[in-house]
Amino acid sequence: MKTTKLILGLFAIATLALSSCKKDNNTSDIDPNRKGDIGLHFDNRAGAQDLVLNTQTYQNALGQDVNLSMFKYYISNIKLINKDGSTFTYPKDQSYFLVNEADANTQEIELTNVPEGDYTGVTFTVGVDSLKSTAPLAERTGVLDPAVGAAGMYWMWNSGYIFMKMEGTSPAAPLDTASGTRPFFYHIGLFGGYSTPTINNIKTVTVSFGSSVASVRQAKTSAPEAHLYVDALKVLNGTTNINIANYPVVMANPYSANIANNYKEMFSLDHVHND
Amino acid sequence: MRAFGFICVALLLVVAGCKKEDAKTPFEGFASPANFPQPTYNFAGNAVTEPGFLLGKKLFYDGRLSRDGSISCASCHISFSAFSHVDHSVSHGIDDRLGIRNAPAIQNMAWERFFFWDGGVFDLDLFSINPIQNHEEMDDTIPNVIAKLKADPEYVRQFKAAFGTEDVTPTRMFQALSQFMCMLVSNDSKYDKVLKGTATFTSAENLGKVAFEQKCASCHSGILFTDRTFKNNGLSLTGDLGRARVTLNPKDDHCFKVPSLRNIAKTNPYMHDGRFSTLERVLDHYASGVQNTPTLDTLLKQNGQLGIALTNDEKANIILFLNTLTDETFIKNPLFAQ
Repeated sequence: MKTTKLILGLFAIATLALSSCKKDNNTSDIDPNRKGDIGLHFDNRAGAQDLVLNTQTYQNALGQDVNLSMFKYYISNIKLINKDGSTFTYPKDQSYFLVNEADANTQEIELTNVPEGDYTGVTFTVGVDSLKSTAPLAERTGVLDPAVGAAGMYWMWNSGYIFMKMEGTSPAAPLDTASGTRPFFYHIGLFGGYSTPTINNIKTVTVSFGSSVASVRQAKTSAPEAHLYVDALKVLNGTTNINIANYPVVMANPYSANIANNYKEMFSLDHVHND
Repeated sequence: MRAFGFICVALLLVVAGCKKEDAKTPFEGFASPANFPQPTYNFAGNAVTEPGFLLGKKLFYDGRLSRDGSISCASCHISFSAFSHVDHSVSHGIDDRLGIRNAPAIQNMAWERFFFWDGGVFDLDLFSINPIQNHEEMDDTIPNVIAKLKADPEYVRQFKAAFGTEDVTPTRMFQALSQFMCMLVSNDSKYDKVLKGTATFTSAENLGKVAFEQKCASCHSGILFTDRTFKNNGLSLTGDLGRARVTLNPKDDHCFKVPSLRNIAKTNPYMHDGRFSTLERVLDHYASGVQNTPTLDTLLKQNGQLGIALTNDEKANIILFLNTLTDETFIKNPLFAQ
């Protein structure tokens, strides 16, 4: 107990010392008119392990073996929470990202031109908001272009984005005779309906940086980075433990709400580093 | 002001009259008929121009939009049947594959609020990606189609003429197709001519019109002959849930789009799955074939009676009236035909 206290004490002193050092260089003068960068890293995991597609077998909460072949999701409408209580909304037009486990480049989101400040957390949408989901085609570029960037993440027949797509195989899933495999497909979308109210699976998630802050400063040569863990197994586990035997395919149907409610809990903080 | 407008119109007519003798009719762009409602298509984001329309037309008739070059949009949307697939119950696509629904007429698209029988698409620009990539229809991919178009200098030239630069992009392709489809306005049937006072109904057509207005026009309403909603019209059920596929609402089970009846005599067979080959069969259904299923539209079970009471004379006259909705000017317009 005493040692713990001592260690904590030392830590506190060290932290103070460090922050006072920093203060001299950076924090003494936060000017929101100066802009810096910040990185958000989405580190996909399977429970406590790093997620590996295809070759690793994991278990869901019901003890069913799963092998994931695809894991993708939209992150959009990012807001940074400032220590001073304000929030900075990243420009909406630049605030759409498609994180794909198969493409490491997509897992690091760099936000640029962010006002200087000490940020204590981040809020984002998992999916694509309804406004963008109904915007004219010409306003949907990059990862939102249904024919290109959003290919595979867009329901052509039921105009709307797939917010989260997980595919894989499991011995619990029924046999597909054509392929000889036991696949499952979770394609979760639905933005609330264009004219008739429909299920709305748009989720807003806030991840606090805990006791850490991400200090954005113009003068910094390397931007602060917030590393988030994203536990893919939480798509299957949570308020509703998904029984792959009963629900091998969930797309545009009411059960999708259970999966969306699960995966909104898959984000947590790993760490923040400032240099 | 009104007089000034009138003079302008008169001048235009004179000018147009002069031109007609030495050159082809100038491209007039999209114009909403005065007695039609406000178009729903967003022309502000994609104004119809002659090069855009011509590019859209070229695309519409081009088999290269399909995997093996065999299927164009026009394969299932034929001009002489008001751009429907006459005599085909469901779509016939690539490799003789069959779709699940009847290819509807393409007409008056600028007023359409939803596309497909289940209304799954709410923007015409987002429509064309479907048949191109559909396994049963054209079975290609958009990147592959774009690559084919880019390899054709004539397409590159036409994209530049339509959109200002040589970029051949999916969005531009879809917008050009929308420009072509929005131009497909049908408003010159005998019915329209009677409204304008340049034709008259026969007495049987008149009787048919009266019966139609009493018994059909609650749903097939207005100048577009549709209330643009989705209903269960009492067909015997199949596995196709229709509108409920999109809304996930059990109240919409087996509901399908109320189609326009313009050019209806040219667009057989009928219903979302093309199950009725003639208009006679359709009217027989409403008179005596309506099935009492849970989501049946209440208009089809009034006063404890299923369906719509129709005498044989009424049926015959209604069909005569429906024939007056055929628009030969539209169907034979060389501007739209291949």
